[in-house]
Amino acid sequence: MLQHLPVLQVMVPLFGALVAALSRRPGPSWLVMTAASWIALAISVTLMHQVLTGGVISYHIGGWDPSLGIEYRVDVFSALILVLVSGIAAVSAPFAHRSVASEIPEDRIAWFYTMYLLALTGLLGIAITGDAFNAFVFLEVSSLSSYALIALGRDRRALVAAYQYLILGTIGATFYVIGVGFLYVTTGTLNLGLIGERLAAVESTRPVLTALAFITVGISLKLALFPLHVWLPNAYAYAPSTATVFLAATATKVAIYLFVRYLFTVFGDRFVFAELPIQQVLIVLSVAAIFGAGAVAIFQSDVKRMFAYSSVAQIGYITLGIAIATQTGLTGGIVHVINHGLIKGALFMALGAVALQVRHCHIEELAGLGQKMPLTMSALVVAGLGLIGVPGTVGFISKWYLIVASFEVGWWWLAVLIVASSLLTVVYVGRVVEAVWFREPSEVARGAREAPLSMLIPMWLLAGATVFFGIDANLTAGIAAKAAAALLGSPG
Amino acid sequence: MSGAELIAIALVLPVATAVLVALFGRRPNSREGATLLGAVALFATVLALLTQVLGGAAPALPLIEIVPGLTIAFAIEPLGMLFAVIASGLWIVNSLYSIGYMRANGEQRQTVFYVCFALAIAATMGIAFSGNLFTLFLFYEVLTLVTYPLVTHSRTAEAKAAGRLYLLLLLGASTLLLLPAVAWTGIAAGTLDFANGGILAGKLAPAAMGLLLALFIFGIAKAAVMPMHFWLPAAMVAPTPVSALLHAVAVVKAGVFFIVKVVVFVFGIDTLRETGAGDWLVYVAGFTVITASLVALRQDHLKRRLAYSTISQLSYVVLGASLFTPLAIVGAVMHIAAHAVSKITLFFAAGSLHTAAHIDHVSEMDGIGYRMPWTMGAFAVGALSMIGVPLTAGFLGKWFMLVGAGGHAQWFAVGVIVLSTMLNAGYFLPVIYRAFRRPAKAEADGHGHDEAHSGEAPWPMVVALVTTAILTVGLFFFPGVPLTLAQMLTAG
Amino acid sequence: MIDVFSELASHYNQYITVFLMVAGLYIVIARGNMVKKLVGLSLFQTSVYLLYISPAKIVGGTAPIVDPRFAVYSNPLPHVLILTAIVVGIATLALGLALVVRINEAYGSIEEDEIFERDQDH
Repeated sequence: MLQHLPVLQVMVPLFGALVAALSRRPGPSWLVMTAASWIALAISVTLMHQVLTGGVISYHIGGWDPSLGIEYRVDVFSALILVLVSGIAAVSAPFAHRSVASEIPEDRIAWFYTMYLLALTGLLGIAITGDAFNAFVFLEVSSLSSYALIALGRDRRALVAAYQYLILGTIGATFYVIGVGFLYVTTGTLNLGLIGERLAAVESTRPVLTALAFITVGISLKLALFPLHVWLPNAYAYAPSTATVFLAATATKVAIYLFVRYLFTVFGDRFVFAELPIQQVLIVLSVAAIFGAGAVAIFQSDVKRMFAYSSVAQIGYITLGIAIATQTGLTGGIVHVINHGLIKGALFMALGAVALQVRHCHIEELAGLGQKMPLTMSALVVAGLGLIGVPGTVGFISKWYLIVASFEVGWWWLAVLIVASSLLTVVYVGRVVEAVWFREPSEVARGAREAPLSMLIPMWLLAGATVFFGIDANLTAGIAAKAAAALLGSPG
Repeated sequence: MSGAELIAIALVLPVATAVLVALFGRRPNSREGATLLGAVALFATVLALLTQVLGGAAPALPLIEIVPGLTIAFAIEPLGMLFAVIASGLWIVNSLYSIGYMRANGEQRQTVFYVCFALAIAATMGIAFSGNLFTLFLFYEVLTLVTYPLVTHSRTAEAKAAGRLYLLLLLGASTLLLLPAVAWTGIAAGTLDFANGGILAGKLAPAAMGLLLALFIFGIAKAAVMPMHFWLPAAMVAPTPVSALLHAVAVVKAGVFFIVKVVVFVFGIDTLRETGAGDWLVYVAGFTVITASLVALRQDHLKRRLAYSTISQLSYVVLGASLFTPLAIVGAVMHIAAHAVSKITLFFAAGSLHTAAHIDHVSEMDGIGYRMPWTMGAFAVGALSMIGVPLTAGFLGKWFMLVGAGGHAQWFAVGVIVLSTMLNAGYFLPVIYRAFRRPAKAEADGHGHDEAHSGEAPWPMVVALVTTAILTVGLFFFPGVPLTLAQMLTAG
Repeated sequence: MIDVFSELASHYNQYITVFLMVAGLYIVIARGNMVKKLVGLSLFQTSVYLLYISPAKIVGGTAPIVDPRFAVYSNPLPHVLILTAIVVGIATLALGLALVVRINEAYGSIEEDEIFERDQDH
């Protein structure tokens, strides 16, 4: 059984989706979703343990040799993403129960969970597969189910947001496939590791560069790298709360995983940064994302949209770490993948608990909610502090690594930019905190009651994690450092 | 009990007090009892540590390594010991005063007030006992966050605006200037641990060292070195116990403590003197001392006058530190202690005037000394100490600084001290004169107080301010503890 | 001159691919009607099928069925990949059209600018 864990990691949520679709009623389908995500988490934790103790796991599907068949390959970085995605799904399961019941019509709840599990399948598949085209398949599985998830939102603008995401996401995926096509034509294989090895022998670099360009742009659309981020604010704002929690914490992170995998394992960072000005472009776009999206966030009156723009800014930090591409920089980028997942998960859960009672997450309607929902709003404050990067929270750990990395390569101006951007975060988080805790309750807020326990516990689990891993970051940063070392040392 | 255990108790005790206060929220007497009990227990713990430190011990408590290179660790040295003694001792007095003030003025949200107070003291203990730059930075930031609700306590528009300025200026300075300084120090010195004599000797060019010092001085905005001082007068909108805490016990003292700690334990006095990297500091400090005093002359609002006086007095400490000689450092340290007891007396008196006589402006104070003799008597003592009249604590600090400055031909510093003493007299003596010499104005309406009362403030407040006034005089006659600690600091 | 034409003639498959790709993308960007956008998207995806399949035909290769008489076969793998891609394309189109139907029910229009206006009034 244990040696089949890699394929079970994907099969369990997939079959869960099937069973959820067949079960039709809200209660059973929720149970299926919970069971599937918890089992997926158990599998991913076991895989992580196996990788940390035994080295890279290579699983050949159907027994076919990797050059011919599909290989599932788990190294430290993949295991990290697997744990993150399944962890968020598992923690969201109890949260989803009340949230979904209140936001989605009863006859569609089973479909919601089906789509949710399909999205989980797709995301886990991207992280675990070692085949380029298989990655495309899972990419589309996760994307299509995400479009459906978003479209199930209450507001009719969710439909338009899903449509816009569909158009842009499909263009992105298609660009990715074009890139893979060029890689196949030049190397004759679709296995990521083997492509990496064979690329060194390829003489004509033009198709390779074309492939790199298409893959970069394609994945950047999925990752919501500025300026290809336009689908994200609306998608996160109008999706059902559980969908936002799940997608905000995981979808873009898996795209980042794919991006890093191509940059470091397939093409090799030395080749990539030497042949194309990707490092400079990434740095400029990352800084633009951090400041641009941060500035726009300040002026939003819908709090969900505000934090969606915040996500675009935070992704900028991750890509900045990747662009610096030193051990410290890459560690900072990877650890922020985890940290941001935790922070945004907690934040959107708090907003989801608010949405249970207050229909729109308008900052005016949130006024004074701290008095009626103190536990929920405290979780919001804790996660908000993590977003700002106050020492003692996970946000600080990521920022520390990025600042030290900037100093190490002598780009002190970048360190200045990183710290300056925290101030933007202070402003918009401060706006929300001030409205929630320091104003008199609004009309709608007066009728609000504290969130149910099934929502509070997951919320505080994630919010607590943002503080716990800010004080003892050896687990998260340690694993991130190992992942970074493996990526930087890999051939290609 | 070992030193490490005592440190742990000293940190946990205020937090436990905060929890108890929160639990007793509905029962004011139990709640106030919890605060006083916690304060007394904390002072006892700190005294136990003091005996150990005076005996030559250096208790330490390494706590946790967050990531390689960043640890939370505590280690007591003489300066931190003095700060802890001042903070914990004055917490008792301040709590007593707060009880009187909050009840007499019928203030809202008293539980939140006492909880935040206790947490602020916890953060202060963390600052005082910090063993490396990161721990100090961590608790410094926590202090900012925990005192924000105290500043915005009254929830008026003015209070919220003041709170925003407070948060933005303090967080802004520490994120933009202090954090890069800490990161730069870590990279240049290879460690963040404190060492008497500094960790940067020979590691940086003098110009770079000067820049780094500037980042620290202006990044530590709690020390209110101009132009980072704007938050202080704005924060006067808070209730007087908060101002007393901010301006005597915790926040500003944390600022100057940080600066002296950095000068002695990160740079090293000898390094700074020999490289000349800190030569500019004496001019910056002197500028703040004079300018703040000039502005204080023109303030009619009593608390704002005291605020600018505080800005000026804090830069005395920086001035003393900037001379980089042992004697001047002793003076600076003595002044930390002297200013604490004197300023808290002055603020207590101001709050007393507000509560009993509804007086907020100097122009309203004619003849008040006859109706409130204890209050104005204490005020007079505090004011004389600020001027530096012999027989009060303030004289000692200024004397050591003058001797230290004169002995090294630092005539600028000498001039600043002399000139500012005259200015101090210029804005304090008229207040005392008005209170006692001018004929009393028409009786202010007694707002529910017994007419049989002498018109004094409630007894807890009077007891508190008389106690600190006695301390102000007592410190002149019994300077043993601060003086010994200061000398241990410069000898080590 | 002849060289240019022979270049064009020998790489005609790739020129067609690129033409379809750009045409599809142009439609997506330039047209405001949601169904038309989906048509453009499908066109764009179709060009990718061509991109994979045309290099699969090896010059001088026969159908990929093992037979002792032949040594060179065309590559069947891209066809397999494109079957998958076609399925994905159909699913995307179906989902997109379903969304357009729902949007029409909710807004009464499938023109992007009209929908944008109706949201602004909200």
